[in-house]
Amino acid sequence: MALSGLEIYKLLPASSKNPEVKKHANCKECGFPTCLAFAMKLGQKQAELSQCPYVEEESKSKLEASAAPPIRLITVSADGHKLEVGNETVLFRHEKTFYHQPGLFVRVKDTQSDAAEVAKAVGEYAVDYVGMDLTLDGIAVAADGGDFGATVAAVKEACPFPLILLSDDPATAEAGLKAAAGTQSLLWAATPDNWEAMAKLAADYKVPLVVRVDGGDLDSLAALAEQVKGAGVEDIVLDPGVRDYASGLAVFTQLRRLALKKNERSVGYPIIAFAGDDPVLAGQQVAKYSGFVVLDGFSPGTIYPLLVMRANIFTDPQKPIQVKPGVYEINNPQPGDPLMVTTNFSITYFSVANEIESSGIPGWLLVADAEGMSVLTAWAAGKFDAERIAKSVKSTGIAEKLNHQRLIIPGHVAVLMGELEEELPEWEINVGPREAVDLPNFLKVQWG
Amino acid sequence: MPTIEVPKEKWSGKVREITLGATAADGGTRTKTVTVGGETTLPFLHFEGEIPHQPVIAIEVQDRRPADWSPVLLEAWGDVTDDVATWAKAAEEAGADIIALKYTQHEDLSPDHARQTLRKVLDATGLPLVVFGPGQAELDNEVLVAVAEEGKGENLVLGVCEDKNYRTIVAAALAHGHMVDARCPMDVNLSKQLNILISDMGLPLERIVMDPTTGALGYGMEYGYSVMERLRLAALQGDGMTQQPMLVTPGEEAWRAKEARTEEGVPEAWGDWGERAVNWETLTASTLVESGADILVMRHPESVKRVRAMIDALMSE
Repeated sequence: MALSGLEIYKLLPASSKNPEVKKHANCKECGFPTCLAFAMKLGQKQAELSQCPYVEEESKSKLEASAAPPIRLITVSADGHKLEVGNETVLFRHEKTFYHQPGLFVRVKDTQSDAAEVAKAVGEYAVDYVGMDLTLDGIAVAADGGDFGATVAAVKEACPFPLILLSDDPATAEAGLKAAAGTQSLLWAATPDNWEAMAKLAADYKVPLVVRVDGGDLDSLAALAEQVKGAGVEDIVLDPGVRDYASGLAVFTQLRRLALKKNERSVGYPIIAFAGDDPVLAGQQVAKYSGFVVLDGFSPGTIYPLLVMRANIFTDPQKPIQVKPGVYEINNPQPGDPLMVTTNFSITYFSVANEIESSGIPGWLLVADAEGMSVLTAWAAGKFDAERIAKSVKSTGIAEKLNHQRLIIPGHVAVLMGELEEELPEWEINVGPREAVDLPNFLKVQWG
Repeated sequence: MPTIEVPKEKWSGKVREITLGATAADGGTRTKTVTVGGETTLPFLHFEGEIPHQPVIAIEVQDRRPADWSPVLLEAWGDVTDDVATWAKAAEEAGADIIALKYTQHEDLSPDHARQTLRKVLDATGLPLVVFGPGQAELDNEVLVAVAEEGKGENLVLGVCEDKNYRTIVAAALAHGHMVDARCPMDVNLSKQLNILISDMGLPLERIVMDPTTGALGYGMEYGYSVMERLRLAALQGDGMTQQPMLVTPGEEAWRAKEARTEEGVPEAWGDWGERAVNWETLTASTLVESGADILVMRHPESVKRVRAMIDALMSE
């Protein structure tokens, strides 16, 4: 929990009870006129504590602890692919935003003959969604009585993503860590029975470590995390051992609240969740507070919707994704080809542009500045009215590129037709379909 | 050993309990009613408050075989879509708690057609009904007024009741003993305002469900999701005009998405069409369940099954 400027002031030399320190009160060596002014700047993160040469050790550790994020940032990586999770600051995305989307991992077993092929397919999978390249994040390799080290090596060879090593047997885990050398993998898991050996491995191999208890027992979980931390492992991930919908939602919510609202350091870490083969459960875990989600299988028809779901929830609500207003040429249009208008909300733009593009019909797409809202929302908010559309027609000079003056407006705003005819008296206004998906057919019939 | 105290919020508000449908005892002909709402905490946080009623699923049936539905949907239902009464029965068998009867725009659409269709569905099923007009204000008024008269006393939910037509729909609900589905375009304040306008006309808040407008997965779902979370938080904090149970339409929205509708010309990475399409509706609906939906209007029997399984699991403490 960040301290306020006044709370910081109480830790600086001006407030010290030690005369040796107190004598440096307001010494200005930090570059600010008083300790109070420096404290205020520290509170706003516009100054560094190291600028004060006289701050006491005890104060220093308090200040450093307060600056640590309530949920620790954990990094796993391989071959330049890096995944960061944690560092979240809110319970609901509308309060600010969710910063780090949870890593989606596909599990393979060391007894599975096609582990490397699955890993390869996962590594190669990428899908475009509104201009973003969506991918999975890694492979979780499970020890199941096979050759764990060899499977980890084969998976690492086949897929450039980070790994999670699933074994609670220290000797097996070490074989996996050796095979995963050169990557920053996540090791699962330290339990109340094996934590000393697992913590030693995590420290030796410098990897983050999952602490795991059964049945959502938060007391044991916090105690185990403290023990592991005491053994020198700072990068910790929590597995409270709940796998079902109801207790998963309850326990993950409790952990998030403990970290953010109670500043409970012992559970201030990201959570790992296991969804089995259920994309719906994975969806809940994405929305409700996981840092890593492990799925049992990989199928594009399931993964694509899940990746889009994750992208949606982790979209920053403070800034709608916008495209630049202006004229977009699709399929190399000529002066006689149709002109359509839509808004600059990215999802709206991509839906319309994708439809025109995939139809093969050349066209001009005029994107009006609707402050990043979709057609209906913008219309309701007065950001996509006749005046704004007319303005974008005029300001872009689109008329000069055409040999006709026909403008197609979205069917949802058919009511604007009359006003638009007044604003653009030279133009013929056509009402297009309500949904982008019906555009190709509309264009074929109306323009073909 | 640290002792962790589970943090609980002390909410002062409660979602309104609302009952759909009316049995003979209450002047209707439904064999059962459905009650939603009553939550005193965020979705499924049983450790903190009461969730007296689980979210329910309405299956959408249309007044005639849909011309524009994805083949994935039409195949799943088969021939029953040819007759609205048969379809309603099949929907009940597929696990619907409520039947959502949707009128579409076509040349035979008339008040008479609306009455006859409603009568057929009322005769075919004993479940409560939500009735949607074709989605064009004038036609909606024509259809829904006829429906309200024909279904007098059945405590139907009439939808959608929007800013531009709420007076007519609310008057019909008042005159014939029905409820309304108050829809606003993804905005907390507009939702509150419409609830106020409707209750000012004399319709009790116990007869209003709130429809925050649904965006499909990939097409603005997160806007609706966050508006719903904000509405539910406001309700629990005691804002009386946001305490209506929420109705969402993930079926209609998800099946409008290209991902659900089309097989041709889509990227290979989208995967198997049927699998993707059902997941599209399922994940749209399940995400909205997490943000506080009380009534989900859905289309595909397999999506219904999966979302039902999720809700059942979330209700088991």
